[in-house]
Amino acid sequence: MLNLAVQLGSTKTPEAVLFWILAPLAVLAALGILMAKKAVHSALLLAWIMITLAIFYIAEDALFLGIVQVVVYTGAVMMLFLFILMLVGVDSSDSLVENIKGQRASAIVAAVGLGGLLVSLVGRATLGRSAVGLASANQGGNVQGLAEQLFTKYVWAFEVVSALLITAALGAMVLAHSQKVHSRNNQRDLSIARFRGASLAAAAGLPGSGVFARHNAVDVPALLPDGSPAPTSISSVLEARGDMITSKIFELQQKEEEEN
Amino acid sequence: MDLSNYIYLSVILFTIGAIGVVVRRNAIVVFMCIELMLNAANLAFVTFARINGNLDGQVASFFTMVVAACEVVVGLAIIVTIYRSRRSASVDDASLLKR
Amino acid sequence: MTTSSHLVYLIALPLISAALLLLLGRKTDKWGHILATLVSASAFGIGVSEFFAMQGRTGDARAATQKIFSWISVGTFKVDASLLLDQLSICFVLLITGVGTLIHIYSIAYMSHDHDRRRFFAYLNLFIAAMLLLVLGDSYLNLYVGWEGVGLASYLLIGFWNQKPAYATAAKKAFVANRVGDVGLSLAIMIAFAQFGTVTFAGVKAGAPHASTAALTAIGAMLLLAAAGKSAQFPLQSWLGDAMAGPTPVSALIHAATMVTAGVYLITRSNFIFDGSSTARLMVVIVGGITLIFGALIGTAKDDIKKALAASTMSQIGYMILASGLGPVGYAIAIMHLLTHGFFKAGMFLGAGSVMHGMDDEVNMRRYGGIGKLMPITFATFGLGYLAIIGVPPFAGFYSKDKIIELAFNAGGTKGIILGGATLLGAAITAFYMTRLIVMTFTGAKRWDEKAHPHESPILMWLPMAVLAVGSVATGFLFNSGNSLVNWLAPVLNSRNEVGGEELMKPIVVSALALLAVIIGVGIAVGMYRKEVPVVAPEKVSVFTRIVRKDLMQDAFNEAVLMRPGQKLTEGLVKTDYFAIDGLVRLVAGIFASTSTALRKIQNGYVRSYALIMVGGALALIATIWVVTL
Repeated sequence: MLNLAVQLGSTKTPEAVLFWILAPLAVLAALGILMAKKAVHSALLLAWIMITLAIFYIAEDALFLGIVQVVVYTGAVMMLFLFILMLVGVDSSDSLVENIKGQRASAIVAAVGLGGLLVSLVGRATLGRSAVGLASANQGGNVQGLAEQLFTKYVWAFEVVSALLITAALGAMVLAHSQKVHSRNNQRDLSIARFRGASLAAAAGLPGSGVFARHNAVDVPALLPDGSPAPTSISSVLEARGDMITSKIFELQQKEEEEN
Repeated sequence: MDLSNYIYLSVILFTIGAIGVVVRRNAIVVFMCIELMLNAANLAFVTFARINGNLDGQVASFFTMVVAACEVVVGLAIIVTIYRSRRSASVDDASLLKR
Repeated sequence: MTTSSHLVYLIALPLISAALLLLLGRKTDKWGHILATLVSASAFGIGVSEFFAMQGRTGDARAATQKIFSWISVGTFKVDASLLLDQLSICFVLLITGVGTLIHIYSIAYMSHDHDRRRFFAYLNLFIAAMLLLVLGDSYLNLYVGWEGVGLASYLLIGFWNQKPAYATAAKKAFVANRVGDVGLSLAIMIAFAQFGTVTFAGVKAGAPHASTAALTAIGAMLLLAAAGKSAQFPLQSWLGDAMAGPTPVSALIHAATMVTAGVYLITRSNFIFDGSSTARLMVVIVGGITLIFGALIGTAKDDIKKALAASTMSQIGYMILASGLGPVGYAIAIMHLLTHGFFKAGMFLGAGSVMHGMDDEVNMRRYGGIGKLMPITFATFGLGYLAIIGVPPFAGFYSKDKIIELAFNAGGTKGIILGGATLLGAAITAFYMTRLIVMTFTGAKRWDEKAHPHESPILMWLPMAVLAVGSVATGFLFNSGNSLVNWLAPVLNSRNEVGGEELMKPIVVSALALLAVIIGVGIAVGMYRKEVPVVAPEKVSVFTRIVRKDLMQDAFNEAVLMRPGQKLTEGLVKTDYFAIDGLVRLVAGIFASTSTALRKIQNGYVRSYALIMVGGALALIATIWVVTL
């Protein structure tokens, strides 16, 4: 059975106000992570939750952790996430249609069951105890208190964690590093490739972009002799991103008349 | 307000994170959900520290953060590697075990 | 014991020749038959020289051996491929190579129109080699190799014209029936090895007196089974009649003179086994007695000249087997009858072949008649063989068969009277069917089609017949004068010139009785067949005749008793195997397969599913903790 009504000692009213405003927002944000189609939205919502948690930490007399939460998580880890998102494609949106049968339903059942049991267990573990509060533990300052713990009681774990950090850094470097299979193409190679290609159309080099000065030149296609835009004159990355100025507006007036 | 509310919030966030790990296909989002679960655990640790009146919970939370940072670094590196070779960050596409 | 260095050539020459003819193929078509005949003749030459060399030696030195190579050497079990030429083997060597050479010569003419004459001669040489190995092997295992070799040659030659399905089936029938006997021989060899630790004749002979009677009886019974298979004795007799599908020279050489008598050789060679077990001897006598009557009865109803002769062969080998079961002197008498039979039966087969040659391969005696005038030499040689087989003095058969009848009567008590009566009855029936055969074929009015032009065969064919006819006349007297053969074989067969048991009747009385039986048989036959013989066999005949025409139901018996239950058993076993044994295996496999199919769905390769399972695992863990700490 669930022991939801656990009395652990009350807090002051301001904290309660803070909690009841921020906690529902955090839960909503968490649900938003689940629902968001775009990964970047999820990342922003996660950042919000992390800041909320940082505020809770500070409210719970864990000043150091609150600051670290903001600096390390929201600052470093989330930036890392965003970097990767940019790398992978910031605009790609995921399909939320489930294609493994029964996955979603069983996930919800299992996770809710897990949560319920956890609540029950935690409640059972804390039953009949009253909160001590950190007033005495933080007497000499929260940071000093933590430092004392870290470098006395937990010094061994601290050293091990440092080794872990170095290993992770090295591992990330090894994973991200890609060995070059062949040397980079130089001008001579590119020239040969143009002339040996399937057609000689590109032998003279790709047409340059940016004919009309009133636009940002790189995203404006060059015009072919007949007035139609040359798609090869625009970087394929821009094209894929949809950052290309539509070529229609540059077509000759005469051609439009013909079409009409 | 009762301190156990923090615990309940922690459990709710943890549960949502678990659902996200299982349900979402984008590897990066999955990772975010794992971070969410870790954060939820941290919240519980901090609350336990307050209940028990000592800093052990906070130290545990601190270590969790460090480990989480390591995990994110390596995990994201793996995602980048997979993306580089397969042009996809979907965990369903990396189902070579099936074939 | 003398060691000789050229026994191996006896076998090697025909073997090499056979290999040459088979491997070189059509290239040897022009001269293959001449090579084969010369090789056979040279083997005969070696045999004759060995015979004279043997006569030049005395006592134990007469037997010659040659070790060719060490064959098997496993622990204490050692078998050499070595040859033994003693007084018994030399008789066979001379018979095989002598009659074999005559038949080679005969075949040159007889097979001259056949496209595959070269192949025929290759098989004949193969047979000669295998048969010589059979009689020259110094151990049961060496004998076994030759035994299987002649089985193979017999199979190949019966099915020589295998384009006819019936002939191919006949070959298979012979092969299968022989396999049954071969199982007996291999079992006998195994028991002998288990009992004596060796399989050489000398070793077994040395060990036999110390062995238990039960073991000797077991070996004897198995040897008898082997002999019954090879020599077409009851109950494995049914293949011989069908074996006449082969070319006539084959019937003469393999299925009359030599191979089918291998069973008699096996029993006489194993005399030391049978001497130690009266039960085994009794079985031999019973088998021989049944077969001699059985074969003779079948012979009376056959219209096919070759099948009639085949039935006669069966019957005569029955005489030999009977004799070899009647104690030491019986072995020698059996060999004597074997040798004389080899001459007159081969001669008669060749005569039958000559008749067929002149009659466009017609074998039905009802379509013969009056051929004697057109083929005088064939008639004369056949007639001499006829007189020999029915036992008219002084022809060969008289001496050997008379001895057997005498021996049978002297077996003692009721057994003697039964056996004597059987042999006498057999003699009468033999006289009947042989007379029937000769009357229907050579005398009377002609009953053949206008298309047939009976003519005398070429010299290459009648010369061998003439030589064999001389043998049919002279051999009996030769072997019997001064008991020369019995004494010659005595060192090997332990036979003395004493007739075992108390004499029931004086030999002269037995001879008179036998002659009387012959006269009765001849008389009845002449009375029945001198007049008109219907071209088509009459339908309205007694039940007895019908049964005899169906070979005394031997095939029906085999089918009903062996084949159909065998098929049923096989079917049952197949079903048991399929449903019970395989079914169990399939059930286990099916359980695993379906379980795997079900479990496979868990392993779908998606990380998310594995993550879900992890969540489930965590749930289970927490639930356990929840329950435990309740």
